[in-house]
Amino acid sequence: MRKTLAVALKEMRQILRDPFTLAMLLGVPAFMLLTYGYALNFDIRHVPMAVEDRDLGVESRDLISAFVNSTYFDLVASLPAGADLEGITERREATAILVIPEGFGEEIAAGRTARLQMILDGTDANTATTVLDYAKAIVAERNVAISSSGALAGQAGIDYRPRVWYNPELRSTNFLVPGLMGFILMLTAVLSTALSVVREKERGTMEQLRVTSLRPAQLIFGKTLPYLGLSLVAAAMIVAAADVLFDVKVAGSYFQLFLITLVYLVGALGWGLLVSSISDSQAMAFQIGALSSMLPAIFLSGFIFPIRSMPLVLQAMTYTFPTRYYLVVIRGIFLKGAGIATYWEQAAFLVAYTTLVFGIAWFRLSREEAVA
Amino acid sequence: MNALIRVIHKEYLQLMRDRRMIPVLLIAPMVQLLALGYAANTDVLDIPTVLVDLDRTPASRALVDRFTGSGYFEIVGTEQDIRGIDSWLVKGRAQLALVVREGYGAASGSGARPRVQVICDGTDSTSATVGLGYASRIIAAASAERVEVELSRRGQPGQGGAGTAAGPRVELDSRVWYNSDLRSRWFYVPAILAMTLMLMTLILPSMAVVREKEIGTLEQIIVTPIRPWQLIIGKLWPFMVIGSLNFFFVSALVVFLFRVPLRGSILTLFVMSLPYLVTNLALGLLVSTIVRNQQQAMMASMFFLMVPMIYLSGLIFPIANMPDVIQKITWAIPLRYYVNIIRGVFLKGSGLAVLWPETAILCAFAAGTITLASMRFRKRLD
Repeated sequence: MRKTLAVALKEMRQILRDPFTLAMLLGVPAFMLLTYGYALNFDIRHVPMAVEDRDLGVESRDLISAFVNSTYFDLVASLPAGADLEGITERREATAILVIPEGFGEEIAAGRTARLQMILDGTDANTATTVLDYAKAIVAERNVAISSSGALAGQAGIDYRPRVWYNPELRSTNFLVPGLMGFILMLTAVLSTALSVVREKERGTMEQLRVTSLRPAQLIFGKTLPYLGLSLVAAAMIVAAADVLFDVKVAGSYFQLFLITLVYLVGALGWGLLVSSISDSQAMAFQIGALSSMLPAIFLSGFIFPIRSMPLVLQAMTYTFPTRYYLVVIRGIFLKGAGIATYWEQAAFLVAYTTLVFGIAWFRLSREEAVA
Repeated sequence: MNALIRVIHKEYLQLMRDRRMIPVLLIAPMVQLLALGYAANTDVLDIPTVLVDLDRTPASRALVDRFTGSGYFEIVGTEQDIRGIDSWLVKGRAQLALVVREGYGAASGSGARPRVQVICDGTDSTSATVGLGYASRIIAAASAERVEVELSRRGQPGQGGAGTAAGPRVELDSRVWYNSDLRSRWFYVPAILAMTLMLMTLILPSMAVVREKEIGTLEQIIVTPIRPWQLIIGKLWPFMVIGSLNFFFVSALVVFLFRVPLRGSILTLFVMSLPYLVTNLALGLLVSTIVRNQQQAMMASMFFLMVPMIYLSGLIFPIANMPDVIQKITWAIPLRYYVNIIRGVFLKGSGLAVLWPETAILCAFAAGTITLASMRFRKRLD
């Protein structure tokens, strides 16, 4: 026990002596946190819209007001009839163009169907899809307003109540920030452990450690302990910042959050050890570590892109990444106030993964020790 | 001139000799490409929905059919009771719950309005918003139909003719330009081109230059009559070539594998990419003058340059959504302009006529960064 702590202490000293890596280990999470919290989100408001109103009547003006008052659209230009619409989207002056034909108000007054046209810049398909949906929803509301002048609609029409649970304001920050934890923790844990072990190998101090009376277990635990500590500190930092800066509160239990994070971290550290056991140089450790942890954590874990929308092959692959499971549990604890018990399948996988990876890494590293 | 060619030759030889580099040169971009290309897809279809049909009449079933028939919703389970919804939504087995209350199918005029509830898991807010939008439209259509039926039931002909129109209505026709199926893939994949180029021309050169420093051969080069500019160009040239080859290779993949249309000219795009390549090379060189070893070079270029640039360039997250302060910062990121160029050429068929401002800015970046990097490099040498 004492020897393990001695190794841990030595590791801490080495970490503190390398300000560059330290800056990376702390700076990168901080940067990610700030950017995701403040800058990066998918919520779409104030979409620049140009209007070509050929009717210029009361009805068309009411319609345009409906669009603007929704706060989803900003009127950036009122175009004369026959304006160059394509130029506007090509120059990115507006993302949406509303074209109201002549006679719009007349059709409505006569009780007929009036047609409206919306042109969208589809380059950013996500924004375009959402913009289109907003537009259709606004039009649907206008229709309700128009037709409910008849009392009939109030009786025969459907009483529709939509409700949103867990994230009622539909803020994508609530979705992204807990997910960020999964990514940041995986990255820092894997990289730091991988690099630290390989660095010893490169410098030759690994051999020196072998001739001491240290047992492999003590060496491995001693080396990973400081990184576990650092990662937990980073995790706490993220949770605190999420709450204070971005209003992302933990609806569930902090203790359970800590528990599942601990399991996840040990698994990540184990993976880092595994990477270090197959790498000869720091450069290689970095590349393999980053590739195997960063890419899956961003693209294949449901962090940003929903797993459901991926091709089946990739969906199958996601079952092997711990981050996928961790995110489900974390989001459950953050947003749904649920506990680990609800997600026992995910928790079970994480425990199994952690045990397996750490076990293999230990086995490999001990063998290396014994061989030399 | 001779010396320059010799340096280039030496660099090629060194590159070929470094066995470890070759997998990185080929595999990393491929993996990135495949991952982003196939995974980066935010199109929302087949939303898992749990159904609670408390009415169980033909009318309620017809409503449910509208939902499933739209292709947007997939019924993954049914519950007899509203309280059963909880476990579906909490565990994430369903994202939406559709509740049709009793009395939906009953004849109208009985006093009570038919009630439909939709409960949505807002965790994934993007797809939740889209899902709710779909649901609203389906309900609105069903509602309008009921009103129509009611009208004819009461013997009041529709105002437009024999019971066809349901009264005054606005109908929205939509036209989507450049990406009419709204494939989100068309948004993300061309941007991959920018990312892989950055890998080739920013990270690798910085490591390559630092390696000389690390090994100590840089000192040896200093004592030769090779001039600094020859060394700089000689070291960066192979990566320029690799970057260009990569450009065509990845573009081909984007067009043929991911089937993103290339509506503009690939040559124009290549010409407009050159200043971007040069800027990256210069940044790589700059990094190499600041760090001490390869590992730091890799980390610095990846985490302090590449990752922030990817986030703040509009590659994945729209710049328009960012706070004003940060939007101003994005003006300083070369990748931002290049992303516009790529998307413009691929999806809009734009050429220099429209994209000349971005190209000019990139040229300015290129000139600026290479001057800065060379100055620092020369100082280091002396």
